[in-house]
Amino acid sequence: MSFLIDRRGNAKHKNMVNRRRFMARYKRHIQRAVEQAVSQRSITDMERGEEVSIPAGDVSEPIFHHGSGGRRTVVHPGNEEFVSGDRVPRPQGGASGGSGQGQASDQGEGEDDFVFQLSSEEFINCLFDDLELPNMTKRHLKGTHSIKYEHAGFSADGVPAKLSVARTMKASKMRRIALNAGRKRTRRDLLAELEQAQQQGDELNCRRLQLAIEEVEKGISKVAFLDDTDLRYKLHVEKPVPTSQAVMFCLMDVSGSMDQATKDMAKRFYLLLYMFLKRHYERTELVFIRHHTQAKEVDEQEFFYSRETGGTVVSSALHLMQEIIEARYSPDEWNIYGAQASDGDNWNADSPKCSQLLREALLPQLQYYAYVEITRNQHQALWEEYSSLQAEFPHTFAQQHIRGVGDIFPVFRDLFAKKAVA
Amino acid sequence: MSAQAQSKRQPLSTSSEWTFELIETYEREIGFLAEEYGLDTYANQIEVIRSEQMLDAYASTGMPIGYHHWSYGKHFVEAEQNYQRGHMGLAYEIVINSDPCIAYLMEENTMTMQALVIAHACFGHNSFFKGNYMFRTWTDAGSIVDYLVFARQYIARCEEQHGVEAVEELLDSCHALMNYGVDRYRRPYPVSADEERQRQAEREEYIQRNLNDLWRTLPKAAEVDTATEQVFPAEPEENLLYFIEKNAPLLESWQREIVRIVRKMAQYFYPQRQTQVMNEGWASFWHYTLLSTLYDRGMVTDGFMMEFLASHTSVLTQLPFNHPAYNGINPYALGFAVYSDLRRMCEAPTDEDREWFPDIAGGNWHEVLHCAMRDFKDESFVLQFLSPKVMRDLKLFSVVDDDSDDALLVSAIHNDGGYREVRALLASQYNMGDKEPNIQVVKVDLNGDRSLTLHHNQFERRPMGASTDEVLKHVHRLWKFPVYLDSYWQGQVTESYQMPKAQEPAGSS
Repeated sequence: MSFLIDRRGNAKHKNMVNRRRFMARYKRHIQRAVEQAVSQRSITDMERGEEVSIPAGDVSEPIFHHGSGGRRTVVHPGNEEFVSGDRVPRPQGGASGGSGQGQASDQGEGEDDFVFQLSSEEFINCLFDDLELPNMTKRHLKGTHSIKYEHAGFSADGVPAKLSVARTMKASKMRRIALNAGRKRTRRDLLAELEQAQQQGDELNCRRLQLAIEEVEKGISKVAFLDDTDLRYKLHVEKPVPTSQAVMFCLMDVSGSMDQATKDMAKRFYLLLYMFLKRHYERTELVFIRHHTQAKEVDEQEFFYSRETGGTVVSSALHLMQEIIEARYSPDEWNIYGAQASDGDNWNADSPKCSQLLREALLPQLQYYAYVEITRNQHQALWEEYSSLQAEFPHTFAQQHIRGVGDIFPVFRDLFAKKAVA
Repeated sequence: MSAQAQSKRQPLSTSSEWTFELIETYEREIGFLAEEYGLDTYANQIEVIRSEQMLDAYASTGMPIGYHHWSYGKHFVEAEQNYQRGHMGLAYEIVINSDPCIAYLMEENTMTMQALVIAHACFGHNSFFKGNYMFRTWTDAGSIVDYLVFARQYIARCEEQHGVEAVEELLDSCHALMNYGVDRYRRPYPVSADEERQRQAEREEYIQRNLNDLWRTLPKAAEVDTATEQVFPAEPEENLLYFIEKNAPLLESWQREIVRIVRKMAQYFYPQRQTQVMNEGWASFWHYTLLSTLYDRGMVTDGFMMEFLASHTSVLTQLPFNHPAYNGINPYALGFAVYSDLRRMCEAPTDEDREWFPDIAGGNWHEVLHCAMRDFKDESFVLQFLSPKVMRDLKLFSVVDDDSDDALLVSAIHNDGGYREVRALLASQYNMGDKEPNIQVVKVDLNGDRSLTLHHNQFERRPMGASTDEVLKHVHRLWKFPVYLDSYWQGQVTESYQMPKAQEPAGSS
């Protein structure tokens, strides 16, 4: 007696719960590895998984075991030259044939770290763990303007274009079976009687039965093949969906004072923000605006790698941003995020203009606007102006200061840390 | 067509692709042969799985179902990592000691490998599980899967009631003592799920009542008399988990039940740890014998046999001690060599065999082999059946490593003067008592601080290892009062541990 079972279709992630528990237990280590990875990685491969290594001592499951020392006798195979009584100098370190072969893993010294691979999804999850997008709820409550049609079964009335042929035929068949059931039963009985009569040779009765059968069959054929009541139409209902698309405006100063290293840091910041937004919205669009004294919408390549020189007028970029919003991204349909990176330089008379523009035109339409200043120098006029904005719009505006690559992730974390709702 | 060719049967298969029909055919044909050879087996349940599922099975030591714990996640991650990097190939099969006997076959195997696995696991291991006295005594193959289901449900319920963290901590501590959760000498009750459920409530009440008696907090004044102080336990107890389950003062009843579950699992795995050489040797001997017989009868092709032998030899290779990849004695190779040699002694005995094994030489090999499977564990099996020929073939020699000596000593080799010593030493290598420190509960301070005292009796002067303090933390977590461990060598305490650690003497005079 034996059974052969094909289990290949069974779930393969039987150990996911155990794996998750393991990850939860070593969250601290994993988080540290992820943060290190973010600051070290080249900016093009943020979304790869990451190798996490945990000191072996921390993951060990201790048991009672023998320590080194004492007297051990071990039997080994493959003797070539030894005879009994031979004395062999004790090999140092992991040489084979030495002491305690069987206990090698118990010796506690020189153990490797426990290393394992995070999948890219786990990596991103760790990266953005405990972070949230500010003001998500606002848009959901307010801007449910888009509507999706959803399939909601079938109905007896509708427009011809939505006719469901399969359902209609099914209804027709059901009706025909129901209406003809009695007649068909009668016909079957009559046919049986007819056969009997024919066997008995009762001509008269045969004739009578044949007429009766004809009558019943006429009745059957009178039932319509397709009736109005059979028609079935696909039914769709309107379902409002929260706006699930976002646009992210990347604003960057490309004046002479911004060198490649500063731009790289800005890029890392934008990339984190982009990945973060992508997690929350079905669709995320990017708009790149670079500016010196004039602003210009550009593609990604040009945004990050072309160099310009000249002075700096930040308000030009903000003006352009507002124009683009008016033209293409209605705040009713889009969640709009802005991120501005700069080394803090601005034409002095321009800074008040910037904060006025943000206060009156932009911030009311935006979900969030983040300004990061990448500089090792003293703050300048722009920072001071923006500081007052931060006080006025604590929920939609934030500014942070980045000195080096290592600051980027902590600053990012700070900007998007879950805030206790008052 | 000649008469000779006609008498040869058609091979069962000619392609390396397997199908379910072919697996059934092979299982049936190998089953007929096994019956001819007198193998007594449980019914087989063969399950075909994919490599990812094999990784899952690895992490749970092959059990089809288990409770959740982070350490299984760790083993899973480890296996997955090694597999993905190509450091480790997956086993071709996993077989579970249950009735029916569950064997997993991997989808990736060729037909030859599937046949090899069927012969090895479904008839070799299976008959070993059913026949060997260790398994018969310590495990109950019929109810293990039920018990696993019970354990998983019970622990899941505890997690709901008391929180995942509390249960996890408790399991950590129990796992640390798992090797000390077995009755080595007393026959335990077989594990049975139905009974467990029925008696669980009863047990809870009983334990609490008895505990209260033991830990009566108001001793009668007259009884506090050092001369007649009651010693508890009356006999030293080697089963630490059992002792804790029954006597730990502050555990709640659900915690005792979990200690018990871990103890039962330890008991279930105990025979496997004691019979590795025999079990693998027996299964290898039979896959070799069964498939060779199939070939002799013309039921498999030459190509099949070539593939089978290539895989057979790679598993059964014993590397010499000076090989860079040497990792101790290969249990497959040793077990296979001993069983094969027993058959040889019966069929073609030499003078040496007659001298060393007068009862076996020239006997009936079926009976001899079955006896050598039924009534032994690794230690006694090696001591009884390791022949001079096998020692010569494997070129075994023993090395003494004494820390009071500055060099290693080759104490015996595979020659007339050394056979007995090498054999005895190899056998003792499979003695659990020598592999793990011998630790027993000797005393509980009933009237004082409720401390628990453990004794370690050193074997060959070997001290306790580095993780002792860590394990004692776990013992302390379960016992919840001070725990002492004294390590003895020849009646003298050589080292003492205690948990919690002694505090700095503050303001002592």
